[in-house]
Amino acid sequence: MALAFDEYGRPFIIIREQEQKTRLRGLDAQKANISAGKAVARILRTSLGPKGMDKMLQSPDGDVTITNDGATILEQMDVDSQIGKLMVELSRSQDYEIGDGTTGVVVMAGALLEQAEKLLERGIHPIRIAEGYEVASRIAFEHLEHISHKFEFSATNAESLVQTCMTTLSSKIVNRCKRSLAEISVKAVLAVADLERKDVNLDLIKVEGKVGGKLEDTELIYGIIVDKDMSHPQMPKQIENAKIAILTCPFEPPKPKTKHKVDIDSVEKFQTLRQQERKYFDDMVQQCKDVGATLVICQWGFDDEANHLLMNRNLPAVRWVGGVELELIAIATGGRIVPRFQELTPEKLGKAGLVREKAFGTTKDRMIYIEHCANSRAVTIFIRGGNKMMIEETKRSIHDALCVARNLIRNNSIVYGGGSAEISCSIAVEAAADKYPGVEQYAIRAFADALDAIPMALAENSGLQPIETLSAVKSQQIKENNTCCGIDCNDVGTNDMREQDVFETLIGKQQQILLATQVVKMILKIDDVISPSEY
Amino acid sequence: MAVERLFKDEATEEKGERARMASFVGAVAIADLVKTTLGPKGMDKILQSTGRGHSVTVTNDGATILKSLHIDNAAAKVLVDISKVQDDEVGDGTTSVVVLAGELLREAEKLVNAKIHPMTIISGYRMAAECARNALLEKVVDNKLDAEKFKTDLMKIAMTTLSSKILSQDKEHFAKLAVDAVMRLKGSTNLESIQIIKKPGGSLKDSFLDEGFILDKKIGVGQPKRIENAKILVANTAMDTDKVKIYGARVRVDSMAKVAEIEVAEKEKMREKVQKIINHGINCFVNRQLIYNFPEELFADAGVLAIEHADFDGIERLALVTGGEIASTFDNPESVKLGHCKLIEEIMIGEDRLIHFSGVEMGQACTIVLRGASPHMLDEAERSLHDALCVLSQTVIDSRVLFGGGWPEMVMAKAVDELARKTPGKRSHAIEAFSRALVAIPTIIADNAGLDSAELVAQLRAEHHKEESNAGIDVISGSVGDMADLGISEAFKVKQAVLLSATEAAEMILRVDEIITCAPRRREDRM
Repeated sequence: MALAFDEYGRPFIIIREQEQKTRLRGLDAQKANISAGKAVARILRTSLGPKGMDKMLQSPDGDVTITNDGATILEQMDVDSQIGKLMVELSRSQDYEIGDGTTGVVVMAGALLEQAEKLLERGIHPIRIAEGYEVASRIAFEHLEHISHKFEFSATNAESLVQTCMTTLSSKIVNRCKRSLAEISVKAVLAVADLERKDVNLDLIKVEGKVGGKLEDTELIYGIIVDKDMSHPQMPKQIENAKIAILTCPFEPPKPKTKHKVDIDSVEKFQTLRQQERKYFDDMVQQCKDVGATLVICQWGFDDEANHLLMNRNLPAVRWVGGVELELIAIATGGRIVPRFQELTPEKLGKAGLVREKAFGTTKDRMIYIEHCANSRAVTIFIRGGNKMMIEETKRSIHDALCVARNLIRNNSIVYGGGSAEISCSIAVEAAADKYPGVEQYAIRAFADALDAIPMALAENSGLQPIETLSAVKSQQIKENNTCCGIDCNDVGTNDMREQDVFETLIGKQQQILLATQVVKMILKIDDVISPSEY
Repeated sequence: MAVERLFKDEATEEKGERARMASFVGAVAIADLVKTTLGPKGMDKILQSTGRGHSVTVTNDGATILKSLHIDNAAAKVLVDISKVQDDEVGDGTTSVVVLAGELLREAEKLVNAKIHPMTIISGYRMAAECARNALLEKVVDNKLDAEKFKTDLMKIAMTTLSSKILSQDKEHFAKLAVDAVMRLKGSTNLESIQIIKKPGGSLKDSFLDEGFILDKKIGVGQPKRIENAKILVANTAMDTDKVKIYGARVRVDSMAKVAEIEVAEKEKMREKVQKIINHGINCFVNRQLIYNFPEELFADAGVLAIEHADFDGIERLALVTGGEIASTFDNPESVKLGHCKLIEEIMIGEDRLIHFSGVEMGQACTIVLRGASPHMLDEAERSLHDALCVLSQTVIDSRVLFGGGWPEMVMAKAVDELARKTPGKRSHAIEAFSRALVAIPTIIADNAGLDSAELVAQLRAEHHKEESNAGIDVISGSVGDMADLGISEAFKVKQAVLLSATEAAEMILRVDEIITCAPRRREDRM
């Protein structure tokens, strides 16, 4: 540990209790960081691609998750190392921004770090490497733009969208019925999409799951599902042309916020109080009835008496509906959320064509479907599956597929998948490297090598000879000048990705390269790690 | 340069071969654990809970055994999960699904050791499962249109299901009970309306199906014990002192006289309420909440039968059965629907008095009263009967039927074997392995019965080589027999669910190449 001394020979205390802290400096720090980053990437490497393996994660409470979604694996992995956490953040930001390619981005960053390590050993300064990477990433970015294709789709012809979603889903455990899930996702996105503004609000798509049934029973519902049942078992189970009062006030006597007491000191008062109480309930139900509501959805609970009154006046009701669901219902039915009974007016009621209660399986599970809403722009994807793990994994996969479809609507450029885009970029970067004088040239070339890591991992996971396959594809790309050649993971027989209909979004790919480069730059710039020692 | 610790303390990571081995070992161990309970001669397990009292359960139901295990192995948890789902979905076959998944993994382990990639195994398994399912579909028998035959099918299925349980001695009796109960549901799968009441004493043979509704409650003191043409009001209301619900209300008085007055008013209020209830023109009142002595007395005076503290399920079921509605306010009697039944009486079962509602409007519900020597026996009997009821109610919806006794497994194995011969490439190894795993089930059934499994399965295979064979293992005589003659049948839906979920689970475990276990959450009260 370096110490500075003043003129009397006493050491300056620069860091408090510095003897108790471990500190890594210079090359050691960089190498330690790189190896940590590589370790994280190594874990995810085997999950890449359609033949990627899954990871089994056991949470602190003993619950088991099986997944191959990069973001989920990293999030639940309990990483302690600081650099490891950076990688976790990286995959998370890809998840937020794009929603797919979370594994790829980490593998990419790992490959970049690996290449950087070699350059460091040759004595190249980390900042120069970082600069070289920056230049190379810009070249790759532009090249991607160059090889991208626009592809056409419309609300009526969404086949190409479905194909893209299928590429995303094929790497997940749900690939057994990727076709139907992809169709569901595309339909859902198109239902809520604003094609003019090229905007999709994914909040309007609710993904619900219920254990039981088969994966094939998963369905898209143009409306909302609420995991609740009617407050009284004998209320009608089906309401057509429902007018819905959406309330956030309980069917209970009012509770003023200010402290107060009602003193009863005579029999008369006792009786008036009783009358009063009954009137409250009567009024509340009557107010709902007067505005013409045929269904009451309430955020709070009902008193037994109120419940029966509702039943008696033939006004079905649902209680304890969560805030988020309430909002969605309000959006879907075009109603207003009403906080006070006095403010109920006929205009504030939501409208839905059909509200019904549906029971599942041998157990006593019921859900309420609200369909044919006034504003059909809220949809629900209802997932069924063999067990809870399966449903959770399906939810994650559907989320990825939804994000992909959304990205395509925002920007309809695509690049071909199966590693073809990476290989093509690698060739372009390699070619551009020679034009740069100076040390950066090495870094740019290293970047090109790192780009090869993704097709290499794909080939490895598919049980192909990685180096042989990659070099064959690369030479084919150059020879035929065809940027669509990739790794034939599914053993179809052709490696032209255009024929296999494997493609990914342009922004997704671009984002991957940019994010990975940024994180690697950040890691390379660290030359001092100070961490508190064990206590 | 050593890699810094990536994970937190105590978090562990297992990779590649080790991870796969850990999951194989865990899953196979679980399968071996429940293996001995399979089939009509399967043995039971005693489960002792670690909770207070160390209560003991004796069972041979796979789902129940697995539910009570404390498992640390992640792969084993997947198997426990599929057995639970099988229980929820179809109710039976909970052991078979785990055993089949275990066998599939055992075979997969051999293939992995022979350097075949797990993904290849998975795709082979998928093809095989599809093929096996189609083979079954070709052989199913559907007797839905013929009511008479359908009923015998149901009887056979119920007897097959029950024969592996504790009820096997009286399986005919119980099969009849279960079929009758399910036929009354008329196609609905709502098993809630079949109520099972357990009363220790007597023998299993004394169990019976009651067409009415039995409520395990007592009739209030001094009230009529028998009512004909009862009009029933089902209610959920407080019949103690009615609370004032307005917030912050309290009673403040300054003299004893006032207290007395208020008390009178309170009593008056209750009297009024009771009067209102009686004004509905009822002669039976069932409440979910307590009925205090004072209102009970009032009811007795009016000659109304009052039953207190029925649980929520009981109330809902009663409302459903009698066609009344659950009321909480009593101001407008004309709009409240009352329930009806022909006769309410108190009956004795063993030493307990129960209330019996008979001649109810909606004939869907019924009650099965189980009798038996000990509570353990009754619990197990209930579980067995529940399995049978679940299977039957599912069969009513999907009436396709197969033979039992290892017959479906042999049919599937034959079809899968043929597929293996036709398939080129490494996948055929996986397909072959699938058929071996299928044959393991009749082998285990024979082993559990103490028979020479190698001999029997070989005979069975030879029988199945002929076209249209109905051969299966006849455990009772210890030989290969004709399943059609022996009347051993199983529901197609159960077999299909076993096949598909076992394959799915095996696939899920095979796909894993790394296990990361987080540090267990620390608990304050440990040690």
